[in-house]
Amino acid sequence: MASRILKSLFATVKISKTGTQLYSQDVRTVTLIPGDGIGPEISAAVQKIFSSAKVPVEWEAVDVTPVKAPDGRMVIPQKAIDSVNKNKIGLKGPLATPVGKGHQSLNLALRKTFNLYANVRPCRSIEGYKTPYDDVDLVTIRENTEGEYSGIEHVIVDGVVQSIKLITEVASRRVAEFAFRYAVANNRKSVTAVHKANIMRMSDGLFLQCCREAAEKFPEVQFDEMYLDTVCLHMVQDPKKYDVLVMPNLYGDILSDLCAGLIGGLGVTPSGNIGENGAAIFESVHGTAPDIAGQDKANPTALLLSACMMLKHMGLGTYGSKIEKAAFEAIKNKETRTADLGGKATCSQFTDAVCRYVD
Amino acid sequence: MAAYRSLRLEKYFFRNNLNKRSILGTSAVLRGSYSQPKQNEAVDQRRQFSRHTGAKYGGRYTVTAIAGDGIGPELMGHVKHVFKVADVPVDFEDIYLDSAHDADTDLAHAVLAVKRNRVALKGNVETKHLKPGFVSHNLLLRVSLDLFANVIHCRSIPGVSTRHGDVDIVVIRENTEGEYKSLEHENVPGVVESLKVITRESSKRIARYAFEYARQQGRKKVTAVHKANIMKLSDGMFLDTCRQMAAEYPELKFEDMIVDNTCMQLVSRPQQFDVMVMPNLYGNIVSNIGCSLVGGPGLTAGSNIGSDFAIFEMGTRNTGKSIAGENIANPSAMLMAGVELCRYLGLARHADVIEKSIWRTISEDKVHTPDLGGTATTSDVVHSITQKVQNEMRKW
Repeated sequence: MASRILKSLFATVKISKTGTQLYSQDVRTVTLIPGDGIGPEISAAVQKIFSSAKVPVEWEAVDVTPVKAPDGRMVIPQKAIDSVNKNKIGLKGPLATPVGKGHQSLNLALRKTFNLYANVRPCRSIEGYKTPYDDVDLVTIRENTEGEYSGIEHVIVDGVVQSIKLITEVASRRVAEFAFRYAVANNRKSVTAVHKANIMRMSDGLFLQCCREAAEKFPEVQFDEMYLDTVCLHMVQDPKKYDVLVMPNLYGDILSDLCAGLIGGLGVTPSGNIGENGAAIFESVHGTAPDIAGQDKANPTALLLSACMMLKHMGLGTYGSKIEKAAFEAIKNKETRTADLGGKATCSQFTDAVCRYVD
Repeated sequence: MAAYRSLRLEKYFFRNNLNKRSILGTSAVLRGSYSQPKQNEAVDQRRQFSRHTGAKYGGRYTVTAIAGDGIGPELMGHVKHVFKVADVPVDFEDIYLDSAHDADTDLAHAVLAVKRNRVALKGNVETKHLKPGFVSHNLLLRVSLDLFANVIHCRSIPGVSTRHGDVDIVVIRENTEGEYKSLEHENVPGVVESLKVITRESSKRIARYAFEYARQQGRKKVTAVHKANIMKLSDGMFLDTCRQMAAEYPELKFEDMIVDNTCMQLVSRPQQFDVMVMPNLYGNIVSNIGCSLVGGPGLTAGSNIGSDFAIFEMGTRNTGKSIAGENIANPSAMLMAGVELCRYLGLARHADVIEKSIWRTISEDKVHTPDLGGTATTSDVVHSITQKVQNEMRKW
């Protein structure tokens, strides 16, 4: 008990229970997936900032463009899979899902291959970027593997379609316990389960039951449950009410994007996908923006903040906070803000500014 | 100065002419009179908008009143009071459907009463989702009466301080199917499947309603909200149906948007939206966001319209359990539901008097209950509204 308190006083913030405490001299290798469109430039920006902050991280860039497997299916190249399995941590830029035959959504494929069961999106108001909402500070944790996105659909008869929403006890329990562990590890006060059990009594009821059982294991965290529509209603009026939100897939998708909208959009929102056995892939959730690719106009904030989240997950929280602070300083200053946030700086100017603030 | 201010409010309030602000009826639409090319423009305007198909006894309508739980009973009492002061020719038939009266027979009586009177005003019935085998009675009522369209008009009211101004969104939500089919089963212990059913018939019906509404009310744009990139068959069919319907209304702009992007846009730039049509669950989310953009659950009414029946209620369907009996609930939403009820019955003049009084109370006199940041009680607000109604009635 005492050793636990001591450890928590001196340890940096971690998300996963597995993984050992690192000494700062150890250089960790992280898989980098630059992505498409503006992906390569923002990945380069992040690498530059990391090197000027002297973060002990080595990058291993891989390409996840699907290749044809011997059996004819389109799969992620084995090299990429091996890399992530070895390094356990990845940083991903925006991927373009090719339209048309044969390609599964790449994001979906990554999620399935590495069993990424929880999507974490911390939403915090950015000081430099004014939105109608200040003081937003919440985290949405979304079940990432099942629910409404199971992709099981059938045409019963012509004109009648059914889509199956799958909720399992295993997955619900996993994400509920993760939510509470995250809350404890990051000093959050309460966890709210978001559901629609008045209508979907069995499925959301099962999810709620798992959340309740997980809550009993973590009595120091306050737990309550709220209907999805009530959460939306209050979120738009007073986002300060909420702390950590945990929910099934579809509600999580919508609510996490709603919260991203509160703080300024997908261009400034970090996101992390946590898998089992300590694996995690952090990503920027915006699109590939092919219209501004290669023109040095992109805003690397989302990828940068996701990378900071990654550092916190790896136990390198001090570096993460330093870079985060530098990024917020750069956004606060109108001269160094990128165009999408209302400033005039280019991507490289913003990157240089962050490097300056880091030192 | 006060006269000028009230004139400005009048202009803001009566932006279009009187008829355009009533609820669109559906019978003519569904009987196919709009599927033919526009040959008979000289249609009786009153017949278009007064859709009540029930009987009138001695010039008075009978409306089923289902008070429900929480703040329902007190607000229903206030509506009856305001109706009395405004001399609205409506008699209420009280039906008890709430947490104390939750047997199947109670529900059957309620359904029969609404079928008898064709129209109802309703509070929200609490759903005890912990009780096994219990299906929401609000849902069962809507489905038994086939009230396929839920229409919620979210309008910014001057005088209510919100983060966004100039919001004027109509959310039209499919009300009977989709995720709310209550078809669930447990195949294997620990694995639950819930079915979401989308049919082309219902999608066509709601799309037709939405586009007709937009045309009749002089709106410019219809946005279909969906998640067809993931649910390709179900939401894909809904989206295709909307697109096909849009082809019949070339004067209206049609666009579609994925639901998570819609939510993001709603909290950053809600002024871009006009009429929005969507399946059931997304409608739940978007309507709640819309209501809170304009000031919260206390201000907006919701109409559930079917081809033969209609039920009017508060837009966000809350029981308000935590503030029941404390005299702090905002009566505006329930009173606005009463206003929509009057329009549906063809009592446009009464509707305008009550609506104007509500708006004047909120915007000019700023009698605000705690949910709007004020300190007034429910009774204060109702008193202010009835005073204005009385003044208006003297002019008749």
